[in-house]
Amino acid sequence: MSGFTAVVKRDVTLAMRRKTEVITAIFFFVVVAALFPLGIGPEMTTLRLVAPGILWVGALLASMLSLGRLFAADYADGTLEQMALAPTGLTVLVAAKVVAHWLLSGLPLVVLAPVLGMQFNLPADALWILTLSLLIGTPVLSLIGAIGAALTLGVRGGDVLIALLVLPLYVPTLIFGAGAVQAEISGLGASAHLSILMAMALIAAVLSPWASAAALRLALES
Amino acid sequence: MLSKFFYHYASPQHFYPLAGRLWPWFALGAAGLGLWGLWLGFFVAPTDFQQGEGYRIIFVHVPVSWMSMIIYLAMAFWALLGLTLNTRLSGMMCRALAPTGAICAFLSLWTGALWGKPMWGTWWVWDARLTSELILFFLYLGYIALTNAIEDPRRADKAGGILALVGALNVPVIYFSVKWWNTLHQGASVSLSRGSSMEQTMLTAMLVMALAFWLYTIAMALYRVRGIILHRERDAKWVRTLPDVAMVTNGGTK
Amino acid sequence: MIWESASAFWAMGGYGLYVWGSFGMTALVMIGEAWWAKHAQRQAIRQLQTTAALDAAATNEWA
Repeated sequence: MSGFTAVVKRDVTLAMRRKTEVITAIFFFVVVAALFPLGIGPEMTTLRLVAPGILWVGALLASMLSLGRLFAADYADGTLEQMALAPTGLTVLVAAKVVAHWLLSGLPLVVLAPVLGMQFNLPADALWILTLSLLIGTPVLSLIGAIGAALTLGVRGGDVLIALLVLPLYVPTLIFGAGAVQAEISGLGASAHLSILMAMALIAAVLSPWASAAALRLALES
Repeated sequence: MLSKFFYHYASPQHFYPLAGRLWPWFALGAAGLGLWGLWLGFFVAPTDFQQGEGYRIIFVHVPVSWMSMIIYLAMAFWALLGLTLNTRLSGMMCRALAPTGAICAFLSLWTGALWGKPMWGTWWVWDARLTSELILFFLYLGYIALTNAIEDPRRADKAGGILALVGALNVPVIYFSVKWWNTLHQGASVSLSRGSSMEQTMLTAMLVMALAFWLYTIAMALYRVRGIILHRERDAKWVRTLPDVAMVTNGGTK
Repeated sequence: MIWESASAFWAMGGYGLYVWGSFGMTALVMIGEAWWAKHAQRQAIRQLQTTAALDAAATNEWA
């Protein structure tokens, strides 16, 4: 198998042995979705209004929680150095690690979203758009997050620093992701938002592994 | 000829005295233009028809807003130079600019709030420009936090450079997405844009102040980069033989 | 001059708090920044002087 699939398989297998990464993301997402109605009140029209934003922010933060661990373990035991020397190229292998991160911290959120959305009284077509927007958007979050994780590798206070670096960059994804659901609810149609999200995903897919690899090489050199 | 000039001053050792000679002139220029701009703004520009005297805040709000964006572009420029040419000084210039940029972003938000409160009744408004400015402020803080957290100075410079470039690419995206977001949610239909035409004296005062802040930024960056150079190159012979440093040992042992 | 009196100038047509709050904070922050940079420069020089003095003392000891 190619280096790419090998790394994806490896990362997923390692994470599934301890399961903390998947569980943390799912748990956080569910807790956010459950706590907000308790804090806001059971008024169904209000919940429907705030649902896209809350669910999207919940997914965003849940996906962000595990970024610190994306490269740390491989950095510590020398695997990252080997990846940098491998013929496949660090950029491709970083892309593989991002795919694995998304499978573990992004995809579960996409699957859960419709269920949680029902708690907020979202209509069926909005639930569908919510799922779709997260499906396109969570990979973008993983891609952008990887840059932050790579820049802060081995730096003390890394986790908080990642959040500070990455949250401003997350804003457009959040705006168009939640905006898609809101547009669907208000009848305007989400196609424009989703197209822009798709464009962001494609651009991030090309640029992010390259930038992350450059940042990782900095960490390996010093 | 020109490339020799750049090559010569790309070394911190030669740039240090050059920056030392230049910054006082920029500071003087900034002070002079600032005084002139303040005089124009407070004693020549008339009262605004709609906003009374409160509009005079623009003489500081607009310049710092512009500078917060220009400085970020300058940082991205130095970051690109440093990452592609691998020059030490580029990274130091980028770092020297960041604090001033963060301060300009902060002042833009502060003066924006103080302008918004009497005009539109709220300290904060989620309009496209203010929201983008807030995100820009966080981008600055992120750069400063990252470069301070990494111990190895070369890695810190380059990592900061990557961050600055990624941020610079994202700033237009962020601005347009926030603009989109803002127009779709016309709850508070307020905008910080003035009327189409502006009284000539007001415009002049604003431009003079903008230029003053620009010169101040350059003076500040040149001054600050000297301190960075001294710290980074502290083991170099030319630093140890600087008059400020060497005079201690010339006076005999303690 | 467009101001009838000094107090009119400070009052800024009722907007005094906002106008002077803006310019005041700007001045404060800029002066603070300049002072901080000067402080950093002085510290850098002092540290270099200390290192140089220690080196000189060490070489004199061994000489």
